[in-house]
Amino acid sequence: MNPSDLRYSEEHEWVRVESDGSAVLGITEFASESLGDIVYVELPGVGAELSQFEKMGEIESVKAVSDLNSPVGGRVLERNDKLTDNPENVNDEPYESGWMLKVTLGDTEELDKLMTAEQYQAFLASQE
Amino acid sequence: MDTTEDLQRSPLFDAHVSLKARMVPFSGWEMPIQYGSILAEARAVRSNAGVFDVSHMGRVEIEGPGAASFLDRLLSVDVPGLRIGRARYNLICNEEGGIIDDCIVYRRGEESFLLVPNGSNRPTVLEWLDRWAPGRDEVRIDDITLSSGMVAAQGPDAAGIIDDLAGEDLSSMRPSTIRESRIAGADIILTRTGYTGEDGFELMVPGDSAADLWRMLTNKGAEPCGLGARDVLRMEAGLPLHGNDISLLTNPYEAGLDRFVNPDREGYIAGDALRRVRDRGVDRSLVGFTMVERGIPRQDYAIMDGARELGRVTSGGHSPTLDTSIGLGYVPKGYTDAGTRFQIDIRGRSVEAEVTRLPFYSRKRIV
Repeated sequence: MNPSDLRYSEEHEWVRVESDGSAVLGITEFASESLGDIVYVELPGVGAELSQFEKMGEIESVKAVSDLNSPVGGRVLERNDKLTDNPENVNDEPYESGWMLKVTLGDTEELDKLMTAEQYQAFLASQE
Repeated sequence: MDTTEDLQRSPLFDAHVSLKARMVPFSGWEMPIQYGSILAEARAVRSNAGVFDVSHMGRVEIEGPGAASFLDRLLSVDVPGLRIGRARYNLICNEEGGIIDDCIVYRRGEESFLLVPNGSNRPTVLEWLDRWAPGRDEVRIDDITLSSGMVAAQGPDAAGIIDDLAGEDLSSMRPSTIRESRIAGADIILTRTGYTGEDGFELMVPGDSAADLWRMLTNKGAEPCGLGARDVLRMEAGLPLHGNDISLLTNPYEAGLDRFVNPDREGYIAGDALRRVRDRGVDRSLVGFTMVERGIPRQDYAIMDGARELGRVTSGGHSPTLDTSIGLGYVPKGYTDAGTRFQIDIRGRSVEAEVTRLPFYSRKRIV
């Protein structure tokens, strides 16, 4: 199940707003299952500026490489470097140990362009 | 062939669906690419046993008093000299020496052969056979692909499983041999062959017995494995894939397949062209390489020496057995020795790689 406290993009990324106003982001369970075995994640370093819905990195599964797009704009505060040696965390726990970046949340109105868990579930159903 | 209605289904289709396999179009067939994790399936084959549905591979019977000399004209190996019960890997080359397909030829009797081409090339190979075939009194060609199924049981435990199921000693079969047995109440053709770098068998079975055979193999502990794992395993074993690493635009010498080519036979249709290539030498060669830095090489990425493009990656990916990324590609003379460094252009990023002697992975042989 997709956690109800997150917001979701149509490109299957999630974002969680923390109590300090920063945002943690990653890809959804649907995305990680579709990609299959993830073997490589390339993410921007601390300090990099991200724009909403623009490319922030790349993710490679055994089968293919895909772009990662940022669900929100902001500056990178922290990167999950554990994914370098354990990219499979994205498959195993996409909402926990598979998180990718922590960013400053520049514009909270960007969250309105994202879906709730319920809306995302309906979106997935409509894509089938 | 974008719509699934055009796709051929294996006799194991229902078995895959009930295992919740991810089915994809492949070579004109709807085949399982994975059941769960591709990497876990690949590891199962390396450590225990896996079973693959390879029913999309062609199965063509070629029989008659002229069968041996007919195949000798078309295949890259000496067919009349092939002993009964033996199999040989070979190439089907056109008059220019380009590779139409790589396949295995089995000799079942004095006048009886079985040819197993790649699934994607089966129609082309059948046309090619037809084009050169003498009359039916000399050679009869019978494509039995659609009335049968084929599975590959691969891995260190495969031989024990097959012995159990057949109730006879088949694990004493030598590599690259063929024989018949009965499993699941059906007549089965077994070959000691595979495409994974592990010991194993390939089994050809009447279509209506395929599901029973599959169930018996998986009940004995063989892990269902999809074509994704098969591709990973064959790459680790340094085995070329037609359409990627070899094609009509490559010849067997540059692909490093010299030992499967005898161009000096009378009447061999690719003989002239292949002798010329052999005598002149090749300008480029297929090599294996390992990534020195992080990054995954993929088909068609450029192989660079600084600003100079050396060639293209023909196959590449992550190797779970070696825990690194590996690839195959063509490079010019001077870049083929093990240890030679070059770079792979990974979507604009220049990533260091090193030539590695093939195969990347080779199983420990006890005998």
